[in-house]
Amino acid sequence: MKRGQTPSQTVGPFFAYGLVPEQYNYPFASLADGEMVDDTTEGQRIRVLGHVYDGAGDLVPDAIIEIWQANAHGRYNHPADDRKDNLLDPDFKGFGRMGTGTTPDNRFVFDTIKPGSVDGAQAPHLNVVVLMRGMLLHAYTRLYFSDEEDANAADPVLSSVPEDRRETLIAHRDVDLPGRVYRFDIHMQGERETVFFDV
Amino acid sequence: MMGSNRDWDSQPPFIHTDYKSTVLRGPTKPLIPISQTLSELTGPVYGHEAVGELDADMTRNARVNGEPLGERIIVAGRVVDEDDRPIPNTLVEVWQCNSSGRYVHEADQHDAPLDPNFLGAGRCVTDENGRYEFRTIKPGAYPWRNHPNAWRPNHIHLSLFGASFVSRLVTQMYFPGDPLFEFDPIFNGVPQGARERMISSFDLSLTEPEFALGYNFDIVLRGPKATPMED
Ligand SMILES: [Fe+2]
Repeated sequence: MKRGQTPSQTVGPFFAYGLVPEQYNYPFASLADGEMVDDTTEGQRIRVLGHVYDGAGDLVPDAIIEIWQANAHGRYNHPADDRKDNLLDPDFKGFGRMGTGTTPDNRFVFDTIKPGSVDGAQAPHLNVVVLMRGMLLHAYTRLYFSDEEDANAADPVLSSVPEDRRETLIAHRDVDLPGRVYRFDIHMQGERETVFFDV
Repeated sequence: MMGSNRDWDSQPPFIHTDYKSTVLRGPTKPLIPISQTLSELTGPVYGHEAVGELDADMTRNARVNGEPLGERIIVAGRVVDEDDRPIPNTLVEVWQCNSSGRYVHEADQHDAPLDPNFLGAGRCVTDENGRYEFRTIKPGAYPWRNHPNAWRPNHIHLSLFGASFVSRLVTQMYFPGDPLFEFDPIFNGVPQGARERMISSFDLSLTEPEFALGYNFDIVLRGPKATPMED
């Protein structure tokens, strides 16, 4: 029997105490937040910092961003990825989520590691889900790194994007900030509208 | 949307002008098709170890000095894929307003009372047959500012990961016979023929005598695209 998919609905403005309660100081444990690593995690520490802008160019204060990524060896912590050559880092879950409503500049911040190439063909990337009040369903995008030029040039997904829009998927290293920080702003609309994928 | 990975007969569009905030927030350019790779065919895994003892019981998980007010209900169902195969060990997260229609969230300005014994956040993990169950208080209707005299039908917000990142779903569960359906642009943002799937059904077998009524709500998640992408 074929069953119809349950339709998506907006996450609404009041997701915080259900999905990211600790970030917003609600008395319920968070399953995930922007801190995706601990002392034992293998790989190069990075910080991803960004904002979400609407079609009027205004900051979106009630979006929630989710990150799904491979570990430093390019392996996902999921049963469907059972490849032996890419080592598992068992303590690294690879999932983070953060709302944009807890700082004056409505930023999201993820402290994580740079993922390895998943299959040798794809460049290192983070898989990103964007949800907010005013979206009836979530959007998928990807984040690639500005200092992986050769890998990016060979990446099949990036290559499938019209050249003049690829830039919207590149996180740029901010050398003025301590540590290894990449900036990645998401534009829902307009000339710089972020590329969203039909996943 | 020929050959799209998404089922647009079941899913709402990004821009639905009756729901005003979609106009500046929904993407306007065509989505770029992607061939599903391991990045899409894997996803976050949270099992039973992620869930606390009272997490699935919102009638008890935030008590301070008594019981929450309102009508106790049990919400239960199966999480399955489009072939009706159960999705075991998958996380279901929920949040909702209280029986007066007020959210704990500090941005909620609705002038209805908070309940000191009710938070309205919960989570559980499906069992080996894809079954889940929550206990909670039936949420009230509440006004919002989309248009003059706008009210949301009673609903519970749900979030699921499913088997992989492509099955990610955030939705809302409604209650049978709500008179507000026809006026709600969020409910009606979903194509006719699909929006009815978001309405739970009253189920006497789920009720607990002398304690709570029961509602059944099955959740059908999409799976990976089986057929190759069309050009
Ligand atoms: Fe709501």
